[in-house]
Amino acid sequence: MIKHLDRLSVKKARQVSKEEYFVPGHRACQGCAEALAVRLVAKALGKNNVIACATGCIEIFSSPMPLTSWNVPWIHVAFENAAAVASGIESGLKVLMRKGRLPQQKINVTAMAGDGGTSDIGLQALSGAFERGHNFVYCCFDNEAYMNTGIQRSSATPFGASTTTSPAGKVVSGQTSWKKNMPEIAVAHDIPYVATACTSYPFDLMEKVKKAASIEGPAYVHILSVCPTGWRLPTHLSIHAGRLAVKTGMFPLYEVERGRYTLSVDLPKLLPIEEYLKIQGRFRHLTPEMIKGIQKRVRDEYEKLRKKVQMTNEDQQGKAVS
Amino acid sequence: MAIKVGMEVSIAAAEAVKQANTDIVAAYPITPQTHIVEHLAELVNNGDLDAEFIPVESEHSAMSVCAGSSAVGARSFTCTSSQGLALMSEIVYIAASLRLPILMLLANRSLSGPLGIWNDHSDVMSIRDCGWIQVFAENGQEVYDHVFIGYRVAEDRNCLLPFLVNLDGFILTHMVEPIEMIDQAVVDRYLPPYKPLYSLHPDHPVTMGAFADPALYTEAKKAQDEALKGSLPYIMKGWQEFGDLTGRYYHPIERYKTEDAKVILVTQGSLGGTASIAIDNLREKGELAGLVKIRLWRPFPFKEFREAVKGAELVVVMDRAISYGGPGGPLAGEIRSALYAQERRPRVVNVIAGIAGRDVAPEDFERMLQQAQQGSGEGYEIYGVRG
Amino acid sequence: MSKPEREITWKELNVGCVIDEPGNAATYRTGDWRSQRPVYNKDRCIRCGTCYIFCPDMAIKTIEDGYIEHDLYYCKGCGICAQECPTEAIAMKDEVE
Repeated sequence: MIKHLDRLSVKKARQVSKEEYFVPGHRACQGCAEALAVRLVAKALGKNNVIACATGCIEIFSSPMPLTSWNVPWIHVAFENAAAVASGIESGLKVLMRKGRLPQQKINVTAMAGDGGTSDIGLQALSGAFERGHNFVYCCFDNEAYMNTGIQRSSATPFGASTTTSPAGKVVSGQTSWKKNMPEIAVAHDIPYVATACTSYPFDLMEKVKKAASIEGPAYVHILSVCPTGWRLPTHLSIHAGRLAVKTGMFPLYEVERGRYTLSVDLPKLLPIEEYLKIQGRFRHLTPEMIKGIQKRVRDEYEKLRKKVQMTNEDQQGKAVS
Repeated sequence: MAIKVGMEVSIAAAEAVKQANTDIVAAYPITPQTHIVEHLAELVNNGDLDAEFIPVESEHSAMSVCAGSSAVGARSFTCTSSQGLALMSEIVYIAASLRLPILMLLANRSLSGPLGIWNDHSDVMSIRDCGWIQVFAENGQEVYDHVFIGYRVAEDRNCLLPFLVNLDGFILTHMVEPIEMIDQAVVDRYLPPYKPLYSLHPDHPVTMGAFADPALYTEAKKAQDEALKGSLPYIMKGWQEFGDLTGRYYHPIERYKTEDAKVILVTQGSLGGTASIAIDNLREKGELAGLVKIRLWRPFPFKEFREAVKGAELVVVMDRAISYGGPGGPLAGEIRSALYAQERRPRVVNVIAGIAGRDVAPEDFERMLQQAQQGSGEGYEIYGVRG
Repeated sequence: MSKPEREITWKELNVGCVIDEPGNAATYRTGDWRSQRPVYNKDRCIRCGTCYIFCPDMAIKTIEDGYIEHDLYYCKGCGICAQECPTEAIAMKDEVE
């Protein structure tokens, strides 16, 4: 089903709650869309939220002793275990409420991690938490590299991007593998809700996070978080870049509810990938050949996604169901 | 009325975890700890233990889950061995710095390589500096008892430190021993429900695990060091009150025939029992031999240890782990350090034995002590190695 | 903690270094980072709230009637608000000290 573009409109800004659960004074870079993503996720989840956060940009810019930007309970343990710590929080709250040691109430349990802490070092803990079926929301804040330690590549770094450990050199030109499809890995775990989101579409993001929290069982929200520092673009273009990522098909916005795919916005005509690549210094070295290759793959992947939408929304006779 | 039952120590340990009203069990199977976890799974699935049993996908996640659950105020338990401990060691250190009162049973087993599933102390020695309270159990009864003592001391507002109980793999885990089970009413009197000082809950939001820069890090570690050192009186209190309820009193150091001993043997863990037989044999032969068994490993009971070996001329320290390229065994290193500043110091001889399950019989202890009489007190010897 | 970091003693730290003052980072002036500052033209503002929702530093407050005000204590001068404003009611100017 194709949602109305209304959901992506910014006109609803005035209707959003003014409560901030993530306060200013944090140390994120100027123009950090990951900080914005954190702000929006915290807004969407509200006061009754306990967060388990992995080591990374978010953890560093939000918790420099003796200060904290968190207005909700928050714990950081290590890099690769946000999902495991969240599992412990969820189970702990569950058993304490069951035994009457805590009053019964709905408390959201949220795991926050970057792309490194999710698709690389954190993959095992994530997989275990999904398989065990804990009732929590896992938000991956994807800035497409290990940004906090100085822009080293991760498995979420897009093909061709130059990072400090996949530099654009004379012999090898940037990242040599395609971005790992983390949302698909989440879908393969058969969890009730998977979604992709981007801060450039803030209401879509917040609604998805709210929906994820309301669903019983594990939910995964993969949030593209533009990083002007690491992607080498001017700080004021963070939102603009995110929009282009979506409109070129580089980062499609969709949901998968119990295996059923829905596009959040269908783009009958994708913008050419160049529009997105040319504003970022990390792609500056790409040859026309490489860009052509990326364009083709982006289109192919988008087509695959549309086919999944079609396939999972048809009944036995192949008729579309709403 | 307390009843004595013949029970496999692993099963007894699991029963203690049940009697302690544990809320969360998160563990990954590894030989020789498996019977503990299996029995706990049975207890939970039969409705005998109201806890969340979380079958984690690795030991690293086991400790991470316990960190999360302890942080919300749930009484949390895990157990492991050897490689599992090595894998979770990152989080072991963090649990102590976060001051989370987690209980861990460690079925001591040698660290790879080569792979060996049998008992020695190389695993626990690898996390010596982790900041946990650490004790060694000598027999099944001590294992069972220290589940309650562990939680009691760990959760004490004056401590708030995770607690590690060492039990020798196979030697204890898989042996059937007589265990005096404590009445549930007595357990409940000794061990009240856990009331955390800080916990993660929307009613009182706190931030745990913030990072510290050079300006503040030293202070954070000083605070942690003081906490571990300062836990000693509360460990003693926990032991005292346990003794008052059960008649079994524990001490940081257990002494056997040390009052007039000129030669003292030092052990940790289950070999203490075997060693005491050797001491008896030596005494019959006219040797003034004694035995010091170290129960409390961290915080190290310096005062009690120095007191225990006061009259000795020779101290033979039996290590069950090797510090390659170092001064020998970790235990001997600590003991030499404990005695260094004294004016009158006994000669300390370090013997490494019982590696990865190699048997140590009373005759072996006797031979070690005899050989030590001739030794120089320098370096160390690996006892009984062929070639 | 109101004390400067370099003066905090080990005894003053909470158990486990827990920070029990939620949101106390609000005392930290990130406005010092700016090299450009936003200039707001109220006449062009249509009160859509776009700038408010896109500020990563929560440095935009909505005031009466839905108009906005920049909080220069926190504003890092990233320029997102100026870029995203549909009526160009915000412009970035070099920070003059």
